[in-house]
Formats: sequence, structure tokens, C-alpha cells
Amino acid sequence: MKKTFTIIPLLIALFLCICTLGVVAQNGSVAGKVIDEKSEPVSYATIILKGTSYGANTDDDGMYEINNVPTGTYTLEISYVGYATYNESVTVTAGSVTANIQLKTDYLSLNEVVVVGYGTKQIKDLTGAVTSVGTKDFSKGAVTSPEALITGKVAGIEITSGGGAPGAGQKIKVRGGSSLNASNEPLIVIDGVPVDNATKSDGSSSIAGAANPLSLINPNDIENITVLKDASAAAIYGSRAANGVIIITTKKGLAGSKLGVQYTANASVSTIPEYLDVLTGDELRALIEETGNDKQKGLVGTENTDWQKAIYRTPLSLDQNLSFTGGIKDLPYRLTFGYLDEQGILLRSKLERTSVGLNMSPAFLDDHLKVQINTKFAYTNNFFTNNGAIGSSVNFDPTQPIYQANKFGGYFEWVDVAGNPNTLAPKNPLGLIYQKDDESNVYRFIGNVQFDYKMHFLPELRANLNLGTDLSRSDGTIFIPASAASDYTRKGQMKFYDQKKNNKLLEFYLNYNKDVESIHSNFDLTAGYSYQDWLRAEPITPFQNEDGIDVGYPDLNALGDTVTPGSIAFKTQNTLISFYGRLNYTLFDRYLLTATLRDDGSSRFSPDNRWGLFPSLALAWRISDEAFLKNSGALSNLKLRLGYGVTGQQDIFNDYPYIANYNQGESTAQYPFGDTYYNVLRPDGYDANIKWEETVTYNVGLDFGFANGRINGSIDVYKKLTDDLLAVIPVPAGTNFTNNILTNVGSLENQGIELTLNLIPFDSQNFTWEIGGNVSYNKNEITKLTKIQDPDDVGVLVGGISGGVGNTIQVQTVGYPTNTFYVYKQIYDEDGKPIEGEYEDLNGDGIINPDDRYRYEKPAPDVFMGLYTNFAWKNWNAGAQMRGSFGNYMYNNVNSQYAFYSNINGSKNYMANLPESYFSSEFVNPQYLSDFYIENASFIRLDNISLGYNFRNINNGSTSLKVTAIVQNVFVITDYSGLDPEISGGIDNNIYPRPRIFSINLSLNL
Amino acid sequence: MKTTFLKSILILTILAVSFTSCLKDLDRTPFYGLNTESVYADPDNYIEVLAKIYAGFSTTGNQGPAGKPDIGGIDEGFSNYIRVYWNLEELPTDEAVCGWNDPGIPELHDMAWSSDNLWIKGMYYRIYFQIALANEFIRESSDENLSSHGFSSGDVDRIKGYRTEARFLRALCYYHAMSLFANVPFVTEEDLTGAFFPEQISRADLFNYIETELKDIENLLVDAKQNEYGRADKAAAWTLLAKMYLNAEEYTGQPRYSDVITYSNKVINSGYTLESKYTNLFLADNHLSNEIIFPITSDGLHTQSYGATTFLVHAPVGGKMKPLEFGISGGWGGYRTTSSFVSIFADTLDGRNLFFTEGQSLEINSISLFTDGYAIAKWRNVTSTGVIGSDPTGTFVDTDYPMFRLADVYLMYAEAAVRGAAGGDMGTALSLVNQLRERAYGNSSNNMSSLDLDGVFQERSKEMYWEGTRRTDLIRFNKFTGSSYIWPFKGGIKEGQGVADYLALFPIPIADIVANTNLKQNPGY
Repeated sequence: MKKTFTIIPLLIALFLCICTLGVVAQNGSVAGKVIDEKSEPVSYATIILKGTSYGANTDDDGMYEINNVPTGTYTLEISYVGYATYNESVTVTAGSVTANIQLKTDYLSLNEVVVVGYGTKQIKDLTGAVTSVGTKDFSKGAVTSPEALITGKVAGIEITSGGGAPGAGQKIKVRGGSSLNASNEPLIVIDGVPVDNATKSDGSSSIAGAANPLSLINPNDIENITVLKDASAAAIYGSRAANGVIIITTKKGLAGSKLGVQYTANASVSTIPEYLDVLTGDELRALIEETGNDKQKGLVGTENTDWQKAIYRTPLSLDQNLSFTGGIKDLPYRLTFGYLDEQGILLRSKLERTSVGLNMSPAFLDDHLKVQINTKFAYTNNFFTNNGAIGSSVNFDPTQPIYQANKFGGYFEWVDVAGNPNTLAPKNPLGLIYQKDDESNVYRFIGNVQFDYKMHFLPELRANLNLGTDLSRSDGTIFIPASAASDYTRKGQMKFYDQKKNNKLLEFYLNYNKDVESIHSNFDLTAGYSYQDWLRAEPITPFQNEDGIDVGYPDLNALGDTVTPGSIAFKTQNTLISFYGRLNYTLFDRYLLTATLRDDGSSRFSPDNRWGLFPSLALAWRISDEAFLKNSGALSNLKLRLGYGVTGQQDIFNDYPYIANYNQGESTAQYPFGDTYYNVLRPDGYDANIKWEETVTYNVGLDFGFANGRINGSIDVYKKLTDDLLAVIPVPAGTNFTNNILTNVGSLENQGIELTLNLIPFDSQNFTWEIGGNVSYNKNEITKLTKIQDPDDVGVLVGGISGGVGNTIQVQTVGYPTNTFYVYKQIYDEDGKPIEGEYEDLNGDGIINPDDRYRYEKPAPDVFMGLYTNFAWKNWNAGAQMRGSFGNYMYNNVNSQYAFYSNINGSKNYMANLPESYFSSEFVNPQYLSDFYIENASFIRLDNISLGYNFRNINNGSTSLKVTAIVQNVFVITDYSGLDPEISGGIDNNIYPRPRIFSINLSLNL
Repeated sequence: MKTTFLKSILILTILAVSFTSCLKDLDRTPFYGLNTESVYADPDNYIEVLAKIYAGFSTTGNQGPAGKPDIGGIDEGFSNYIRVYWNLEELPTDEAVCGWNDPGIPELHDMAWSSDNLWIKGMYYRIYFQIALANEFIRESSDENLSSHGFSSGDVDRIKGYRTEARFLRALCYYHAMSLFANVPFVTEEDLTGAFFPEQISRADLFNYIETELKDIENLLVDAKQNEYGRADKAAAWTLLAKMYLNAEEYTGQPRYSDVITYSNKVINSGYTLESKYTNLFLADNHLSNEIIFPITSDGLHTQSYGATTFLVHAPVGGKMKPLEFGISGGWGGYRTTSSFVSIFADTLDGRNLFFTEGQSLEINSISLFTDGYAIAKWRNVTSTGVIGSDPTGTFVDTDYPMFRLADVYLMYAEAAVRGAAGGDMGTALSLVNQLRERAYGNSSNNMSSLDLDGVFQERSKEMYWEGTRRTDLIRFNKFTGSSYIWPFKGGIKEGQGVADYLALFPIPIADIVANTNLKQNPGY
């Protein structure tokens, strides 16, 4: 089982085995129509025969049909969001049985089943802070990556896209983030497989060649996304749950249902919402004429080039999906194909994704053994355009032409006295784009097979075995021709890379569920074991250099000459083994208790610190089920939840942090003795005692519903205390092999309130109106960061910026929020204009030096909210979704690095442009660290609006077509002066602009 | 029914057994790279660890030119040993100004640094990085450890030689720590790696420690000129001793000029000779020079960084200077000099006068403007025959940094003699200085007939400028702090002003004051 449990052959064997099955003796069928209280058909409702895998979905007319059902008596269960779950007994005989059903409206959906760690629960039985979002509420329009489906939908979860590039990653922060230097990414579990959404320590994707690991998962296959926010819900995932858990469930087929074919297409046009205001050619000429020196006057050109217009485009993207759902005899399946062609607004940027998914859920042994097989395969072909063009288009001299006959491929470039490219000058934005081919192919397979066996001798006891894998293979090339000015002296670039990631999973648990009616109790006990292993290698097959060392691809120039020999090959592995248990105890159906315990062992820590114990306890009281409230007409739901739990963090971007490693130097870091260049060996700094970071969460929540749930919502108040916070801090000089070490030193606190509210103001025969919203408040503070507190201690400088070398704009200081801006206090004149170089002498020592910097605001919002609404009128529907963020600040690095007079230059034999914002300061020289550039970036964004029409009764009702028009990123209201106020990390430095997208979405059901 | 039950039991048993075998999977070790144990088990690895201790002066990480950095919290290119050392010795003086507004730089020339200054921090942690490397190597190559590995006697002797060199390098780093920071944390090979608070040693005690170490190893090191190029020999240790003695009064309160004579004599008689042409000492083939006693090497292909001589060649090139003449693809346009320093070179016939004046003004109005102040064209990546260095991209240079060179030792002798050292001979002193002048002027017509302290200072200024000794020299001549010598922008104002005496020492970085309870900050900070 160690290295040999390869899952693919197993899956193939299983598939073949299942396909040859089909031993069916006598079968019948159940069919009927599902209507609501207004006698309108209910479409997309799920009907299942309880305890089996048989079932179907209703079509547009509310009709369903379940075939091939073995004869016998079953409980028919119909569930759909907005309706009370309905149970009816049917007896299936050979032939067809009709069961027409009328559902009762129930806006609370308390019986809806959601997936929690290692099992499922009805919403009414939840004890933790859990939010579930279904297909109906997903973000509409062009959505490339799963996490974007729930942007703004869940209180306490801040999802910020990393920009507008195709497939760009999203930064997900749950309740303020509980780590400083360890990962703040939540754990993402897809169909029972915790997937690799890891980033590297610099925030880039850990899957080579993919902008975002999750962009390899087709969002169209997703049925439901459930977020476990507090520790009592998430602690069953122990060490990886400190930043919450997002559980994604994909769509499945139902045995006995007829073949359903769905084709969806989303065609979209992306546009750039806004250009940055920069001087035009004429304006720059006028400025130079007025104020310029001779050198500048000699360099100024005659053109009026709009560099930004030159690099952006209005492309068409297309996302198509075809799915087949149904049951071949008693084998439920869903087969899906997706093809996405996403074109970015920056010239040449592109993501093409081909995906195939197959889910099967056969059952054996009289439904005692259920098998769930999920496979998802995706192939993406990416073209990464040169994002350097974004900054260059803002900065490049608009008086110069785009093209010029020269040796740099025909792109105008600044040259030095010798006629070679001027190394200090910005490069032609179009040259940057067209002279760099950066392409990658990424293949990813996520698959698992889950056996769930209900004991014959003891049906209350289930054994569940889950074998899963998450594999990826990447390869890519980067080519820059020898003529390109950007790489002229090295004669271009030719780089190759490839990577493999093999992640595997084995989980086994036993579940015992018993109602003991004599004491009005239900016991639900789970105990399990989990083994997970992550392996990453770059390159896939190393080369041997002349010293016999395994190395990667060399860095070549465009002519194929080696510029730098290959670096030492990279391969890393870590393993996590866990034992876990959970008790759910329910008394009188209204007092609920959940207790979990997880013991995690991580290969990342030394044997002495390897194991971490993560307990949790939650209590819930369904107050509305008490006799004194049960018949209250107004109050339909009231539940109080109390939770406590400990979660851990071990994702520290290094698999061997406790080992005294010796690092082998590369061939460009050798040292000569005589005529021989020796490779070097360096002991790496390490902390032998590094261990788990632990976060304790307290959560109090109240779920409520009035008027049959037409008003419902919840309030959660939480406090999260992270101890043994992993932080990179200075160690006493001379005691280690480097100065800053990642060690368990600090404490961090997050506390907040979350409010979710859903309203259904209208629900009549023809018209329905729903409004939902959530507001979250979070306060974050570092409470400890050093062994000794010293008032002179500045803290740890972070937040590198563009401009100069080594400038940082943020600081981690005890008593302040993480990443607080650390700046000089600008002095302004009577007209409110900043006076260049004049800052307040905050420590009053008569000189202005870095001791006068102060801590001012932070990038994280105090309050953020989401608001969404849907209207349905006859066959029409419309929706809108909006997000707001308040109290978040931004460092305008675009202005600070370009908007000062000397940026025009001239003395270094080139000229550059200025943003219009230059006139608000008229600084001559850069003032990178002035608080003038810290701006309030609070915003309200209309994320999307949609209007749809449902064509029913096409082709005698067997076909339906839904057409929706959607606009995404409609507008932003903000005082922030840059292009976009929503940037994770709070430093605005030429991000790829988020496009405004106009889409037409077709959904055809056959 | 019963068989199913038995099957279940069987499956569970199999799973249970596999669980326990899986627990071993938690003992993951790196696929590549070595650990302390495996490194020192192989006698061939020792030289690679020693190479890192040497390389730690020239490179900034294990990737080259950048990546896998040795120290953090500072831009990796800035963090180079020579680069930070050179900046701390040159920028607060009359010899250099830098136009860059990067963190910590403006405060250096203004002499307005705080205990959080990045360059001071960079220097401090770079020194202790080197000391920690050396301590580990010295510990692991102890006689006891070597015999436990069962190496051949040849290997053992070879490795003992490496150990001696590591001790020399550690002494050199402690000398820099003593000079810049005075009372500093003290760690030796006796202190194991991990969480502890090193004790603070007084400047005088540290002086004694370094002296004892150097005297202990001066006879163990390879004879002068007999070691491979790039490695320390006896002359390197003698030069360091001479330097310490020359500044001993500053460090301990006790002048030791007669020891300067003793040790500079040893060096002068060790076989090193003056390079015939002054400018050759700063070119891409300066490894051929017989004058350089101890170099820190750089190589355009193999030993790459953005510090050391790559910095020294690029950073002062700007304005009308042609990068190609310096063997590089582009200058960084940052460093010039002040008019005070230019005035020392009254005589333009001096071949050491390498000012670049075209398009440059003598006086500085704005430090950030490259064309304000004369540029200096001393360091180049071109060989003595005019060939450009080996890096085809024109970025990384082949020029080596002379940490110690013979002319410096001549001047040490001369100064000690003038200062009245027992055993010093004024005739020899004058002759040594005149040898330097003859090289500078190309003939003996500018030779001096007598030597006084100011004459030594002038000569030292002209010979050793931009070689990372200025701050130490100005302190010794009482010209660094106070008002006895004012240069433009001293103290942060254009015309210059006197500064407080506490600035003669740099502060211990606040980061270490916070991390180590045993440390007391230098006065004034």
C-alpha cells in the first residue's frame, strides 16, 4: 500500500466489472408529476427511493420517471430547495406505478441534507457554523473556477480574485485568516478528496503552468458548496481546518432515471472597464515644452500613441458543457464533457480547458454495499501573456511610435549610447507581449472510489473506505527571440519546465447510528483513519550533470546556448496520518451535541512534535421545537448553537523544516580555489522544535426563521485565538544558520460577527421575489510576536513594493492588525497639496528618519457584505448580486512608482510617461513611503445582473431551453483613485484588470 | 451471513496492519541535499563547506545570482557581505554619496541611521551568518570528530588545514563586528545550533579573543603565497593582526603600534610585491596580481551576485560614462564622491586620480541626481588587455575584491612608524610610501622627502579610496565624528556639519536586542 496503491488501474477494473453487471430479474417503474401548492410543476426536484440509489429528477413540467426498479415496497422521498421534504410509501410491481405528489412550501429547507466531514447531516441537525450554497444560488455568467461560484454568498468568507487573467486564482480568507506566515487557504474537499489547492509561499500556484490549481475543476459539474466555518464543524479535519473547510459536491446520476441530456453554453464578451488616466502624447509634449530640459526636448517624439488601448482587446470566450445523466439499469451515472475557451482582455492571454467527468454510484448486495466512483479529468492549455506590458503601457512614452525599423523585431525601443537596449528604460509593451511565448499544458485527474458497506448483521453499522488520488502533470515553454529588447544581451530565452504531483488518499471509517427510543436519543458515532500523501517533483525526470547531480532544465538563450545550467532537481513529499472520532448525540430531537477528536501526525515535524490533538465540542438547542413554541405561528425556526474547537495548521510551504539540511549550491554560486570552481554546501537555518500552529475558536450562533421561513437567517459571533503562531522572526544572531526563522512564536486574534438574512417578500403564483444578504465584521490583531517586548521594536517589515529596491510598506507589529501599513506622515500645504519630502517628525528628535514612520490603516476590511436578489415572473427571471467592503485601505503603488516628475527621466537616455495623478502631488522625486499613497479602498461592486427566459413546452414538453443574459462586474462605487479597489494584500501594482463581461447563457435540456 | 462477518473481520485486520506500517511514512527525509551527518561522513564534502564560508563574502545565496538567500529581511542583492561592509565604511564618509532612495541608504551618508537601518542589519546578520557557518565547520571538523569518521591521515591533515582557514575567516568576521558594533554577541564552536541567548562580549575582550585566535593559527596556516588563489595564508592572518594593532587604541584604549611594525614586516617580507600599474588592481584579471594578499573573488559565470565587485563596477556608472568601457551592459547610476574628497587630489598627475568629470559637477546640490558630484572610474570588468569579462550578459563581473593588499600594509607600517612605534624605521616608512607614489606618478619626481601624520593620511586617502577602509581610517585620525573634518552633506545638510561622537559605532540592530535578552545597546541609540 505504501507507494504502490495506484488508483487508476483499480478504477478501470471496477468500471469494467460494473459494466458487466446488470443481473436484473423482475423490475418495475415509478412515474408521476410533482406540483407545488399553487399546482405549478416543480422542476429539478430530486426523487429518490430511500435507501437505494434509484431516483430521478423532474423535468421542466415536473414529470419524473424511475425505471428498472426491483419490485418491493419503498419510501419515495422528494426534496427540493424551498419545499418541505415529502415522503410517501410506494409498492413497485412489475409494470408502472404512478405517484403524483404535491409539495408544501418550506422556505427553511431544514431537512435538506448537506455534506459535512465524513458524512452527511440534515441542516436542522447541524451544530456548527455551516453554510451551504446550491446550484440555484451560484454566481452566474462566465465563471472559470469553482470558488468564484460563492463569491459574496457566505458570511465571513472573503473571496478576492487575483485579477482578470484567464483562470486567475482567488484568494479565499475565512474569518480574517488565522495564520501569518503559514498558509491561509481553506481546505477544499471535492467528493471526499481533499484536493491540492496549495500555493507556494509567494502566493503563486503550486501546480506549475496553472495560474490557479482550482481552475482545473469545471464549475459546471458542481452541485453544492458547503463551507464549514467554525472549529466545531471543521475540527474533524483537524490539522488542515484552521482556515475553514470548503466541501464541494459534484452532480450525480440516479439509478432508474431516464437519460437526461443537458447542453449549456456561455458565450461572453470581455471588455476593459476603465483605462488608467495617463498623459497623451500631446500633453506630455506640452509639459516638456514648458518645463523640460534640453535632453528631454531632444528625446520627445511626434506620435500620440495610446499604449493601453494598444495592448487590450475585447475578446469572445465560450464555455460549453454537455452532460448525460441517468441510470443504465441499476447503475446511476453522470458523464460530462466541458470545453472552455477563455480569452483574456490583455492581448494573447488565454486559457483553454477540456474536461471530462464520470460519476457512477452502483450498489450491491441488496444496497448494503454502495460504491461511489468520482472521476474528473481536465486538460488546460494556457497562454500567459507578458503581464509586464501592463505597467509598461502606463509608463511608456506616448510620443513614440509602436513600430520602428530596427534590430529589435520592429518594435520601438529606447537604446543606450552604443545602440543596445537601454537596460533602465521601460520596454515597448507590444514588444513585451509579442516577443514572449509562454505556454503550458496541465493535466489533472482527481478521482476516488468510496465503498460504503452497511453491515448485514448490524445495519446500524457502516464501514466506509475511500481511496482517492489527485494527480497532475504540467509542462511548459517560454520563448523570447534573440532580437527582443527585454533579453537582448543574453540573446533571448528558451526555457522548458515540467512537473508532476502525485497526491493520494486512503480513508476508512466506521459509523454507528442508533435511535434509542426508550431514552429519546439518537447516537451517531464515527471513528476513522486517514492517510494522505503529497509528492511533487520538478522536473519529472531530472538530468544528470557532469558532477552526477540531478538537475533540471538549463536556462538557454534563443539560440540554444546555455546561459545558466539546470538548477538542482526539486522533489518533495509529505504525509499526514490521522485518527479521528465523532459523536453526535440528539436528545428529544432538539438537544444536540457534537464532540470530535482528531489526532494528526505530520511528517513535517520531528517525532517529538509530530502529533497534534484537536478536540471540539458543540451544543445546539432547537428552541422552536420546544412545546411552548412549537405552535407559534410566527416563529418557524429558532436554534442556538454553541461551539468550541481547536484546529491546527501545518502547511508551511516546506516539507522538512525541522531537519538540519545542507543545501547544495547551484553552479552559479560556486567559489574558486585556484583554478577549480567548487560547489558549495550550506547548512540551512532550521527550527528543530517547530510544531503545529493551533487555533482555538469559540462560536455562538443563532439560526432563526419567521413566517414559515420567509424571513430567515442566522447570527454568529466568534473569537479565534491562534497560538504557537508560525511566524518568520529574527533569531538571536549567531545561534542559527540564517537570521530569520519560521518558528512558533506568536499569537493572533480574530473576532467578529456575521449576519445572514434571507427574505421572500413576494411569492405568488406568477411572481416571486427573494432577497438575501450577509454582513461580516472582523477585527484582527497580532497579540504576540517576539520572545521579548521592546517599545523600540518595529516588528517584521513585509509588503514589498515596486519602486527602488527592497522597499516595504507594511509591518507586523504586536497590537496591530496583520499587514498594517507603515509609512511617513505627509505634510500638506494650505491648498491641500502634499509638500515633497516633508513629513511629520513623529518622534520629535529633529530629524526625519525611518523612526518617524507610523502605523496607519490596514488592507483587510472591517466590514464586508454580499447582497443578492432574484425575481421570477411567469417564465422570466432576473437577478442581481452585489458586494461591499468597508474599512479596507490600499497602497497605490501605481501612483507611487510613476507619478513624479523625474519618472519622465531623460538623463538616462530615455523618456517615460506620467499618470494624470501626477498633478495632484507634482512630486519631483519618488516618495514611496508617504501615507499620501494609502487610500481608502472601500467599495460597493455590482458583481452581476442577469435576465433570463425559460422556454417550456418545446417539443411536447420533453425539451426545455433557458436563455439568460448576464453582465458581470457591472460597476464599482469607490473613492479609491486607482483602477480597482479590490486587490488582495492591499498593494495595487499593475494588476491584470478585471474585465466587464457580457454573456449569453443557453441551457438546453433534452 | 457468517462468512460476510468473517470477511469483514479479515478486511479490518488487514487495514489495521497496514495502518501501523503507514506510520513509518511520517519519517520523510529530503530526496536531494544532505544533512549534518551525511555531509561530514564524506571527506570530499569538507572543501565544499569551506567553499561556502569563503563564498559567503561574495555570493548572497546558494542559487547565484539570487535565490536560496543566506539571510532574509533585506533585498538579497543588498545583503552581500562586501556590499554592506563597503557601504558602511564608505557612505558615511567624504568618499561616497549614493543617489538611490532605497531603504536605509540616504541615512548612511546623512549619518542619521536608526537601530533598524537595513544596511546595518544586513551587515550584522551577514557577519553572524558567516560566524555560524564557521562555528559549525570547526565543530564538525574537530580532531575528535575527524578520528571518529576513520578518515585517512591524508584526509585528516587536509581537513585540519581547512579548519584553520575557517578559524581565520571567523576571526576576520569578528574583527569587522568589533570595528563596527564593538560589544557584540559571542558564539564559538562550543555553542550548538538552536534556541539560546549568546552572551555579549566587550570590545576589549573580543580584541583579545581575535588576537589569540590569529596568533594560534598564524603558524598552522599555509605559508605565504603557497596556498591556492582565493584561500587565506599566513600573510592574510598577519595583515589582519597588523590592522587590528593599528586600530587597537580605538578598540582597547591601548595603542599597539610596535606590533603593527612586527606584523607588517612579516607581510612585507613574505613575497608579495606591488602591482606595477595601480589601475590593474581593480580590473577583471586582478587575480593575476602579486599584490593582493587576500581576495574575495567573483566570476561572471560561476560566482554570481548583485553584491561584491558586481556592485562596485555597476553602481558608480552613469551619466556620460560608457558602460561598455566598464565591461558591463548598463550602469546603475548611483555612487559619486564629494568635493572634499576631490580636493585631496590637488595634483592631477597622480595616476590614482580616476575621477570622471564629463557632464558631472564638482559640487552636489541634490544627492539623488547622478550628475551632481564627480564620478569615480576605479572598478571595471575589463582585463588589463582590454578584454571584457566572461559573462555574456554583461552583468556579473570577473573582478576580485582585494580584502587585503600589500600597499595597505606599506601604509600601515608607515603610519605606525610616524606614530612612533618601537621598532619602526622612518626611512623605511618614507621609502614604502614613495614606492606607492612612484607607481602612481610613473616616476620618482614626486617622491616625498619627509613624512608626517597628515602626509600618511593624504597618501592613504589617495591609495585606498573606495576600498572599504575609510570609516576606520577617519576614526583613527579623529576626523569621522565631531567637527574637525566637515564634508558636504555630513550630518544631513548640504554644507555639512559636525556630528555626535556616538555615531562612531553602529547600533546593534533592534531586531537582535529584541531577540536576545543578554544584549545591551551601544550608547546613544
